[in-house]
Amino acid sequence: MPASFAPSPTDLLRFAPETILTIAGTLLMVLDPLFARRTPRLFGHLSIVALVAAIFAAVSANSVHGVAFSGLLIVDDFGTYFRVLVLCIGILTVLSSYRYLSREDAETGEYHALILFSIMGQCVMVTANDLIMIFIGLEISSIASYVLAGYLRNDKRNNEAALKYFLLGSFATGFFLYGVAIIYGLTAKTQLPAIRAALNAPDTSLMVAGVAAALMFVGLCFKVSGAPFQVWAPDVYQGAPAPVSAFMATGPKAAAFAIFLRIFLTVFDRISATWAPVVWVCALASMTIGNFAALTQNNLKRMLAYSSIAHAGYILVALASDSDFGTSAAMFYLAAYALMNLGAFAVIVYISGKGEKHLRIEDLAGLGQRQPFTAAMMTVFLLSLIGVPLTGGFFGKFYIFRAALDSHLTWLAVLGLLNSAVAAYYYLRLLVVMYMYEPGEVANALEAPGPGLRAALVLPAIGTFVLGIMPGTVLSFTQNAALFGK
Amino acid sequence: MNLLEILIAVPAAGFLVTLFIPGAQEQLVRLFTLAVSFLAFALSLGLVAGYESGKTGQQFVDNIVWIAKPEIHWHVGIDGLSLWLIVLTAFLTPIAILVSWRSVQKQVKEFFAFLLLLEFGLIGVFAAWDLFLFYTFWEVVLVPMYFLIGIWGHDRRIYAALKFFLYTFAGSVLMLVSIIYIYTLAGTFDYATILELFRSGRIGLSHTEETLLFLAFFLAFAIKVPLFPVHTWLPDAHVEAPTAGSLMLASVMLKMGTYGLVRFCLPMFPLAARENAWWINVLAIIGIIYGALVAMVQPNMKKLVAYSSVSHLGFVVLGIFSFTQMGLDGAVYQMLNHGISTGALFVLVGVMYERRHSLAIKDFGGVATVAPWLATVFLITTLASIGLPMLNNFVGEFLILQGAAQARFVWTAWAAIGVILSACYMLWMYQRVFFGELSDEVKHHMPDFNIREWACVVPLVVMMVWMGMYSQTFIPVVSETNSHILDQTGTAIARASGGAVLALSPSDGAILNGGAFHAR
Repeated sequence: MPASFAPSPTDLLRFAPETILTIAGTLLMVLDPLFARRTPRLFGHLSIVALVAAIFAAVSANSVHGVAFSGLLIVDDFGTYFRVLVLCIGILTVLSSYRYLSREDAETGEYHALILFSIMGQCVMVTANDLIMIFIGLEISSIASYVLAGYLRNDKRNNEAALKYFLLGSFATGFFLYGVAIIYGLTAKTQLPAIRAALNAPDTSLMVAGVAAALMFVGLCFKVSGAPFQVWAPDVYQGAPAPVSAFMATGPKAAAFAIFLRIFLTVFDRISATWAPVVWVCALASMTIGNFAALTQNNLKRMLAYSSIAHAGYILVALASDSDFGTSAAMFYLAAYALMNLGAFAVIVYISGKGEKHLRIEDLAGLGQRQPFTAAMMTVFLLSLIGVPLTGGFFGKFYIFRAALDSHLTWLAVLGLLNSAVAAYYYLRLLVVMYMYEPGEVANALEAPGPGLRAALVLPAIGTFVLGIMPGTVLSFTQNAALFGK
Repeated sequence: MNLLEILIAVPAAGFLVTLFIPGAQEQLVRLFTLAVSFLAFALSLGLVAGYESGKTGQQFVDNIVWIAKPEIHWHVGIDGLSLWLIVLTAFLTPIAILVSWRSVQKQVKEFFAFLLLLEFGLIGVFAAWDLFLFYTFWEVVLVPMYFLIGIWGHDRRIYAALKFFLYTFAGSVLMLVSIIYIYTLAGTFDYATILELFRSGRIGLSHTEETLLFLAFFLAFAIKVPLFPVHTWLPDAHVEAPTAGSLMLASVMLKMGTYGLVRFCLPMFPLAARENAWWINVLAIIGIIYGALVAMVQPNMKKLVAYSSVSHLGFVVLGIFSFTQMGLDGAVYQMLNHGISTGALFVLVGVMYERRHSLAIKDFGGVATVAPWLATVFLITTLASIGLPMLNNFVGEFLILQGAAQARFVWTAWAAIGVILSACYMLWMYQRVFFGELSDEVKHHMPDFNIREWACVVPLVVMMVWMGMYSQTFIPVVSETNSHILDQTGTAIARASGGAVLALSPSDGAILNGGAFHAR
């Protein structure tokens, strides 16, 4: 068959979001020297425009399902869902960065270009239909995040975070690449459907496939900060600039979970009996380690880092249930988790002050009296993180544990929900400090949040309530998407 | 939208509107929330008027799909069991608002808004007929109460609020697991459908399954009741809460636990409920006596009332797990009685705290000479609380003891000790606070009721007398529903044993002849 390497117009439409982000990112780099002095806010505005345009492109691309570039990419409901999710994460990150960057005197096009590139990599990850494409997307996303973690280059903590993230991250990517190589050695294919077909052939060695799955699992588990590969997360989240921590805790994580789900539930579904118990153990370990470690933290960013490990554990529960409903629950939870986590980090951006000096839990003291609006928003996010009904976090947990019970993982569900009762303690502690302590210096000195930050608080709060009160639309979409067109 | 839904919506709408009133308009906030709570009370009386007795099943039903997949319904309705609890909630909320009129001075807007949110959640709990919806309201109630205790409470409020939240939350997550488990079996959250599936035997629970599910539900409810030995959050929460918080907590929130036992544990898991009844009743009796003994030695009035609640709620649990018509009727009636009389005690203690800024019994003495009306009302409430005939608690306790005696006489014998002890600790406290030597502080700082306080206590006293003298207003409706619930547990047992009466030991036979195996 004479292959045509010229992309068709449909191919281009299916790849439109990535194209938009790449062009916008490059443009920002070019504009940087021209406008950095005069109108530094321009970069933020432009990236929001680009992200919104990319969302439109992603939605319209969803009307032409199918593969692009000779099967390297695939546009399906699953990919579109995650594309839109990471793009929304990008918008919220940019919104909460306005104040942060001007406070730190670091408003550049470079920052926003890196965010856009990282999101572009994530979009490639979630729509990739080929192991090489997945790897490329993973690298684009990761390299941009490594740089972002060390964005304030004169800050020691930023440097430490970037270095740690880079060294450990490359190491983990190496594992993933080993897995890819073994699969290629076994099946001589890189495209996911072809690999699946090859693995389902009766004479394929499942032992070798199991080794490849294990190696990929290590690489991906690192990216989603699941135990036992979670140790980097607290240090990196604590050291990186607060909006970047928010971004790293949600965007790359969602994309990594997307490929996790796509690879393990489609390619490796034949050997699910082998990997599901491993995921079971990792899920329980992540929830337990995350929640119990978070109990003793006094640094807000570190606490949220441990809490994000625990939340990765909840999502791993959905993966362990190895079912369509589990996939859909994981997709739903990732959206709810992204909203509440970005909102909580936006509050941290707000209170931390120049140089991120105020990161102790006590620094929230009296926020309820001094800044009732921000405190109310934080309350919404915390209640959602606890999993109180009428918030997205509750429905997410509910769907995940329902999926677990459907798959007869009763003990995992019981232990997971008991874990969430433990978690309630450290989230409640923040509520206690915000509302029940007398206002401290930090709260007294705060000014009302600006429009960007206010939007970064209100939008996730609305989203949290929408997911909590009317989850039907999103859920029916995810349930469809979770079938992977099967 | 039917009347019940309007009643649920009014406090919720009131809550949202209150949030948008500027915080400086404190008086407007008070008046507005009071008006909303009065409106809700009027609507709840409308429910009473519209309720048709003689019909089994729910009334004021609405059942629409809330979430399509997995199917979760907005399914609300009331029966005789929930009717009076809803009225009680709506009746006490205006009193809670009035009693906080002056005593709450910081973050006024938030305080009164939370009271309305609390009312919304409580009415929802009693009206929900979908297990998922029930769980939702159950958890929603936690949030306002957590803040009420934590922000406006006394010195150790933070500890108490955390303890309260974590105890209840930990108990309810296991209930959530059970609810989801039932869903995976039944494919629905609709309570009536689930009951029908269980009863008809289309879903057979194994013995282990039924026991574990029962225990998970039971633990969540027992913590809320609270049953000995999971009661330890209650004294802390009560003592530290502001008066309105203690009032709503004791009068209505504790009833969520006993309501859950009657509504869910008995009909859904009849076999497990009967098998485990013996140790539950033992715990209830321990609670009755232990609560009374600990109350006796309390130096703090509020703590004394709190421990008396542990004792009183033990009676309610005993009545429920006697599986007799009388016991169950008495238990439900006692839920209401306890709500009125203990609520009144908390209001009165709150009134005295506002004057003297102390809760310690030793800081009072001779109050009767300077505040005779306060002393009179307090005495009536005390007498109601210890179960004097003609006042409300007597009716409930009598029925419970009678029902328990039908089941097993020894239970009544032990539980009756609690009645005697309650007279001891209440009257002894009354004596130390209202008689004896009058100190200067008390003399100068203990004026009698003002008009607002009269408005709080008069309705409560009227209800004590009414419920004690003419229980016929309330009990028939309750009784109909209870006999239906007992039928449900009875037929399930009969079906499980192949339609024949179980071969039971003589003592177990005594349990059954009370109600479940009546040839209806």
